[in-house]
Amino acid sequence: MDLEEAKEFRERCIKCAAVSWGLTDEGKYYCISCHNVTERSKEVLSTEPIPNTKIKAINRGLRKKKKPEKGWDWYVCEGFQHILCQQAEALKTLGIGPELKNQVLHIFWKRYLQKSKQAYCENPVYTRGRKALESGDNPGHSAWDSEPELLSGFSGPSALESGAESQPDGHTRKPVRSRPSQSGMYFCSGSLDGTEYSLRKGIMKMAVPRTLAFCYLSLLWQRETVTFSDLLRFVEEGRIPYINAFEHFPEDMKLYGRDKGIFTIESWPTYEDIYKKVIELAVFLDLPRFPDITEDSYFHPNILCMKYLMEVNLPDEMNDFTCQVVKMAGIGEVGFLTFDPIGKKGQTVKYDVQAMAVIVIVLKLLFLLDDSVEWTLSTVAERYNEENKEDKPWFDFRKWYQVMKKSFDEKKQQWEEARAKYVWKSEKPLFYSSIDKSVVYKRREMVVNLQKQFSALVDSAPTVAKKSPSSFQFNWTEEDTDRTCFHGHSLQGILQKKGQSVITKNLLYWLSTQKFCKSYCKHVTTYEESNFSLSYQFILKLFSFLLRIKTYSLHEEVSLIEKRLFKKRYSEGKKKSSGSKKVKK
Amino acid sequence: MRALTKHSLTSGVCHAVPYPGDGVRWYRQLLVGREERERQREGGEELEASTPIGALTRQAQGFEPATSAFPGRHFIHCATTGMSDSSEEFIKPETEDDDPGERSVLSGSGMCFPWLQKHIDSVVTKGKEEKDFAQTTNACLGFIQEALLKHQWQQAAEYMHSYFQILEDSDNNKKQVAPKIIWKLGSEILYYHPKSNMETFNTFADRMKNIGVMNYLKISLQHVFYLLHHGMLDEASRNLSQAETWRYGDKSSSQKVLINLIKAYKGLFQYYCWSANKMELSKLDEDDYACSTASRDMLSHSEKASINFDALIKVPGLWDPFVKSYVEMLEFHGAQDKARKILTNYAYDENFPLNPNAHVYLYNFLKRVKAPREKLISVLKILYQIVPSHKLMLEFHRLLQKSEKEEHHKLGLEVLFAVLDFAGCTKNTTAWQYLAKCLRQTLMGSHFAWVQEEWSSRKNWWPHFHFSYYWATNDWKEDKALAYEKAFVAGILLGKGCKYFRYISKQDHQALRKKVKRIKKFVQKYSIVTLGP
Repeated sequence: MDLEEAKEFRERCIKCAAVSWGLTDEGKYYCISCHNVTERSKEVLSTEPIPNTKIKAINRGLRKKKKPEKGWDWYVCEGFQHILCQQAEALKTLGIGPELKNQVLHIFWKRYLQKSKQAYCENPVYTRGRKALESGDNPGHSAWDSEPELLSGFSGPSALESGAESQPDGHTRKPVRSRPSQSGMYFCSGSLDGTEYSLRKGIMKMAVPRTLAFCYLSLLWQRETVTFSDLLRFVEEGRIPYINAFEHFPEDMKLYGRDKGIFTIESWPTYEDIYKKVIELAVFLDLPRFPDITEDSYFHPNILCMKYLMEVNLPDEMNDFTCQVVKMAGIGEVGFLTFDPIGKKGQTVKYDVQAMAVIVIVLKLLFLLDDSVEWTLSTVAERYNEENKEDKPWFDFRKWYQVMKKSFDEKKQQWEEARAKYVWKSEKPLFYSSIDKSVVYKRREMVVNLQKQFSALVDSAPTVAKKSPSSFQFNWTEEDTDRTCFHGHSLQGILQKKGQSVITKNLLYWLSTQKFCKSYCKHVTTYEESNFSLSYQFILKLFSFLLRIKTYSLHEEVSLIEKRLFKKRYSEGKKKSSGSKKVKK
Repeated sequence: MRALTKHSLTSGVCHAVPYPGDGVRWYRQLLVGREERERQREGGEELEASTPIGALTRQAQGFEPATSAFPGRHFIHCATTGMSDSSEEFIKPETEDDDPGERSVLSGSGMCFPWLQKHIDSVVTKGKEEKDFAQTTNACLGFIQEALLKHQWQQAAEYMHSYFQILEDSDNNKKQVAPKIIWKLGSEILYYHPKSNMETFNTFADRMKNIGVMNYLKISLQHVFYLLHHGMLDEASRNLSQAETWRYGDKSSSQKVLINLIKAYKGLFQYYCWSANKMELSKLDEDDYACSTASRDMLSHSEKASINFDALIKVPGLWDPFVKSYVEMLEFHGAQDKARKILTNYAYDENFPLNPNAHVYLYNFLKRVKAPREKLISVLKILYQIVPSHKLMLEFHRLLQKSEKEEHHKLGLEVLFAVLDFAGCTKNTTAWQYLAKCLRQTLMGSHFAWVQEEWSSRKNWWPHFHFSYYWATNDWKEDKALAYEKAFVAGILLGKGCKYFRYISKQDHQALRKKVKRIKKFVQKYSIVTLGP
């Protein structure tokens, strides 16, 4: 329905006598006010009257075919800007303050463009290569020669807005420039610099996983209540655009050819990988010291430990122990926690993993986790609970294990099923060339048809409604007989008084790692599952699943904190498997 | 019987099994023998089996896996092995199970190492980490298979919905095998799913036929089986004709065998019509006017069918149902010579895979045309080499006994020993009776060495295998005649001290007292233990 094209038709409508015509998809005029469709079509008016409808159809076909090829002129970095913008929007709907998008992420992105010499600098990479191509064009209309045009998009206070809502702006920015690709087969991408971009060698090329690094850096800067693992989990749950993010590009931003390699992604973001990218990016952007992580910020281990204690259904009282461990290990200090890309040579704390590791250590302190002590203590607690039903119940490790094991297995099963059912392919398939295009679209159509057929076989009962986003994966406060909530249980059963102080009944402790790797291999330690007690294995499995990390990462973190706690033991070289340690209260 | 139809369609599994070094022939024989026994068990006497409609629906049952213990296992198995055709070289015999032509050519070199598969997969990805997309599709396949095993068609359909995306895999290898896997899984689901119906299945089949041209013919054929199973003969026949005329540039020429196979099935349809006519004819009076029409129809059907069959049976492969019906038509119309030629070729052409049935057909045919005994013996001799435990072996023995030649008598003894080597034949009274009789004759004819020769390789295990105390009590309880014959043989071979003989001879049974006395005497005289050096 193109109103422009319908302007030349000036007759009055038979039904309502108005003169306001639109064109239907079939090229016929219809009245906008009364929706009356005329018999007359565009072709008949503009060319000789051809009664043969077939020819008309062919005409139309040709015209349509040409159209989608065109699209806007756009650059790869604009595409990424668009993705970042969507991600920031998504974060906003998750409850993150708008400053994240408008100030922090925007500044980071600007800084990135500057550092990578794509914009905001003396001699951006684009102008160099492109001069030759554009010599024939009217330089006045070129978007990039007059660089400020890009800047103008950014100059407002909400510069990133331009990515998503700049469609009219985009039109004015690059209105008539003819694409070099149309003159020959030189370009084989929808974006202007797709080919060049994929060939360019150099540090810190933008890629889809890196957008998450941008997001996390901004979250960290803002000290928002989203941990790194939460961020990745939201991506996994589809709350933050990541896979097929290009689907939401404006209609006229056409992607094909080289763009496919740049914007499609067929893997989930993994913790380790993105984490590395975060540090790389921070160093590349030459960021100053981040805002301090103090005791009242979300990333502080004390707070995160509290959060994870709730998540894994452990008694609140354990928080005292986590705080003590944090203090003794010295991992709660501002200097240690605050991210300083330059000062600390790209070292940062994995806040979420560290908090989980602290909980593991506390569990080891209280229950030893040698497949024996924890069960003995459980029996004591069980007996007590039976005898004193009115009192605040003692924490029963065995019962906790049973509840957790069940919930964990269910959760994991759901997770695996969801992964197996995940639909990766975009509804808007990408292709390499126009030859490829028809094949790709045909395939797509077949898949859609088959899916339609099989979805008719699936029970029409609606699938479980999508849960609202939460930083918790389990909900223990719900009234449910199977799922006891242990938050309020007391640790009385495992503590004893000694003089003025309270100590744990269990006086033993074993170290997760006896000896650290000192060679050039990158890992600190190894985790051979079968060498460890079953309860330790279970706890690592459960905790690492919640963070979506590998078990050995958590084990490594546990070992590293233990190294700080038992510094003496390590430095003296005494490697007793069960050093004893008393925790005073 | 199902095994038989499977043979024609998916060709014998036995040929895809690796043969260990020297034992090749032995192993092969063993397998073929087993197959053959299974066939007999399932189908009864092979030749008298088929009313024509039975033949056709049984074709369709080859398509229906529900009869096996784990329905769908066959399909799934193929689907899993089909997963990575990149290593086609190694697993071809498994993946190409739909293509008998190719199979038979490859039969000798078929090797299958399950552990190798993983290794190959990792080589193919060049050490790169597998993308999560691949993980999703793999996991999805796993879930579908599990759902199928548990008959959870609903869940399977759900996962299938997501599995279709493999058709858009960026890995070309996977994309190419995908249609085949999807067809197998999808048709299985649609076959059983409560909400599925004929229409859904047809739409699905038509869609799948057009994804990846290489599958067109195979899917068409299986679609035909499905229709047959639901009794839609006309629809099935129409589909066959459609498949028959399908052409796709070079692709169709590379699938010549398949086209021939489809033609042959077309022929089978004509055979079906022919049989219907035949039935009709048998009900009519000879002077009935309709009689000549019916016979004319029969002739035209048979002519059409013969054109369709001819092309296929020249190609090496296992074509039992086709050959059988073809020969039946030819015989009926008096073309015995052609039938003989076809059967001879089917049995003796070296390019064809080893097929006991081919020799059985030929033998039965020769028997019908009253061929000389010499000829019959030569056919059965080959069958004896392939399947020493075959039912026809006793008949073979009789033929050999009737012959005048001494070497035939010797072979006769050999054949009996060989038959009784098989656990399935231990309770065959006739075989024991023959052996007893044959031993008596041989020993009385003073061919002590023949018996010695056969016995030397068996004396280590036959006593436990046949003549234990357990068997003695058991046989006596179940079948006295058998026990008597066995006791006689045991006495001769092991002497009168052997457990079996002693047990049976101690049993004081009225009717057999005389017999026992006689054998005791004979054993005393002729037992090879006493005769031996």
